[in-house]
Amino acid sequence: MSELTLTVMRLGFLAVLWLFVIVAVQVIRSDLFGTRVTQRGSRREAARPQQAQRQQAPPQQRQQSAGGRRGRNAPTKLVVSEGTLTGTTVALQGQTITLGRAHDSTIVLDDDYASSRHARIYPDRDGQWIVEDLGSTNGTYLDRSRLTTPTPIPLGAPIRIGKTVIELRK
Amino acid sequence: MSSTTNSPTHHTSTIGSIGTPSRRNTELALLVFAVVIPVFAYANVGLAINDELPAGLLGYGLGLGLLAGVGHLAVRKFAPYADPLLLPLATLLNGLGLVAIWRLDQSKLLQQIGQAGGKATNQLIYTALGIALFIAVLVFLKDHRTLQRYTYISMVGALFLLLLPLVPGLGADITYGAKIWIQVGSFTIQPGEFAKIVLAVFFAGYLMVKRDALALASRRFMGLYLPRGRDLGPIIVVWMISILILVFETDLGTSLLFFGMFIIMLYVATERTSWIVFGLLMSAAGAVGVASFEPHVQTRVQAWLDPMHEYLLSRNGSNDGIVHSEQAMQALWAFGSGGTLGTGWGQGHSELIRFAANSDFILATFGEELGLAGVMAILLIYGLIVERGIRTSLAARDPFGKLLAVGLSGAFALQVFVVAGGVMGLIPLTGMTMPFLAYGGSSVIANWALIGILIRISDTARRPAPAPAPNPDAEMTQVVRPS
Repeated sequence: MSELTLTVMRLGFLAVLWLFVIVAVQVIRSDLFGTRVTQRGSRREAARPQQAQRQQAPPQQRQQSAGGRRGRNAPTKLVVSEGTLTGTTVALQGQTITLGRAHDSTIVLDDDYASSRHARIYPDRDGQWIVEDLGSTNGTYLDRSRLTTPTPIPLGAPIRIGKTVIELRK
Repeated sequence: MSSTTNSPTHHTSTIGSIGTPSRRNTELALLVFAVVIPVFAYANVGLAINDELPAGLLGYGLGLGLLAGVGHLAVRKFAPYADPLLLPLATLLNGLGLVAIWRLDQSKLLQQIGQAGGKATNQLIYTALGIALFIAVLVFLKDHRTLQRYTYISMVGALFLLLLPLVPGLGADITYGAKIWIQVGSFTIQPGEFAKIVLAVFFAGYLMVKRDALALASRRFMGLYLPRGRDLGPIIVVWMISILILVFETDLGTSLLFFGMFIIMLYVATERTSWIVFGLLMSAAGAVGVASFEPHVQTRVQAWLDPMHEYLLSRNGSNDGIVHSEQAMQALWAFGSGGTLGTGWGQGHSELIRFAANSDFILATFGEELGLAGVMAILLIYGLIVERGIRTSLAARDPFGKLLAVGLSGAFALQVFVVAGGVMGLIPLTGMTMPFLAYGGSSVIANWALIGILIRISDTARRPAPAPAPNPDAEMTQVVRPS
């Protein structure tokens, strides 16, 4: 075997060995897991350019920015207008909002008359916001009527849960 | 699992969990890589020594690949969320060890003195047994917390294993200094390698229960937390045992390994720096004390302080009745002649170390043929295994798993340090084996079991957490009564 071949193999082997180590370290880098905390402010800014180019956006993204497509009448935030959480707002970004006393609810109600998982508010396929009662003890009221089925929410209509009243605003 | 905290102001943030993918395909890709590298090395050795591709290349490559593949399938089936790196890293080290042993098998010199020939085949069989034990651990150890039940049985078992070599008739009569082997039929077994794992189980179970007493009941004195006298009991007992090992088995490495592992786990369990200070002081006192009257330990220290002197004594003969070792100097020469990039596979002369060239001194072969660059890579691979072990410990949800993972990876790290440090002349040489690289059945089998337990713990640790209980709120919802 020529000297040259052996030298090439010797250096090649070391290179391959180090390549393995580097790949292994890369795997560790991509192996992080745990929880991710996203600042709401930066996410909203990131969402804006997405709305601007929604014509090219793939269908999944379009569904997220459905609020923008519905034009002026689409609500952008959920406001608590009565109850202990009066003044709380939650931006509507296509995510489901759960309401109840359970700790993992989007809006944790400190209200003896609310159930753990009381109601949820979510956008349907057209971007229309729907409120649904989740089998609560005391019921969810839209305007004056108790909900029996998932119902679209008109802008500004009060939704009453126990002592808390929320509404959707632009 | 996304929830939004709400408050009147707008600086809310979203907390979502990043999914824990099972990473099995990453493991498979790395595993293929880890099998290809030793095959390349094997071909390289054949080309360098005999000018042709070795005849066993296909069988050897297939053998290693098959073992790795079976191991991978077992992980896929029984520990789907396990760490993706542990198995490939161990496979690579094991494969490189096989190549180095095969390369030393080719040496005429070692064949003449009966230190070589067919050892690579034996090692491949040991590797198969090791993988079998690895799979058995994954299959039968469904949850590492079951080991917690056997805390005190483990203690008795570990002591039994450690004392086996001292039993007359059972202890192997291969007095290369240390009495750490037992003879069963035609096999010699090193029970200390298995005792390492069993002892880690005992320490983890014991410290999990006692750590509060050890950590909190202490007085502060000169910036150190002094533990109460009665809490010092266990550390003194372990210290005595390791000293006894040192005296009766004259095995510095095993004694250091056990005591060091206990100190590491004690520190992790209690977060008290004073234990490390105590541990260092006690081990220093013990080592100095024993070295002052044990001739075997004295020789090792002499060879460490002045290897050239020992080499000359060994060559020219000495009349003090003590066996002098020329290996320490020879290992240093091997590293020296390797230089930065090494001589290349099969082109070094590490067979000149003769005795134990393929076991305790195998790192010298790597140092000569792969040079500094290769040894650094190998030490990094060991480091990555230890890192994954400690990462597993961080991620584990139960204290027993945390302590067991840190104990096992600590023992692994200590063993690498003791052997590599000894061969390189950083600390006195001890008779221990480089995990996975060195020739020896007990070492390979025990270390595969160790990797198996780490994979089991990491599978439990990385498994997505079960969903929270459906109704976390204790109070009932009040019912509105129409008035």
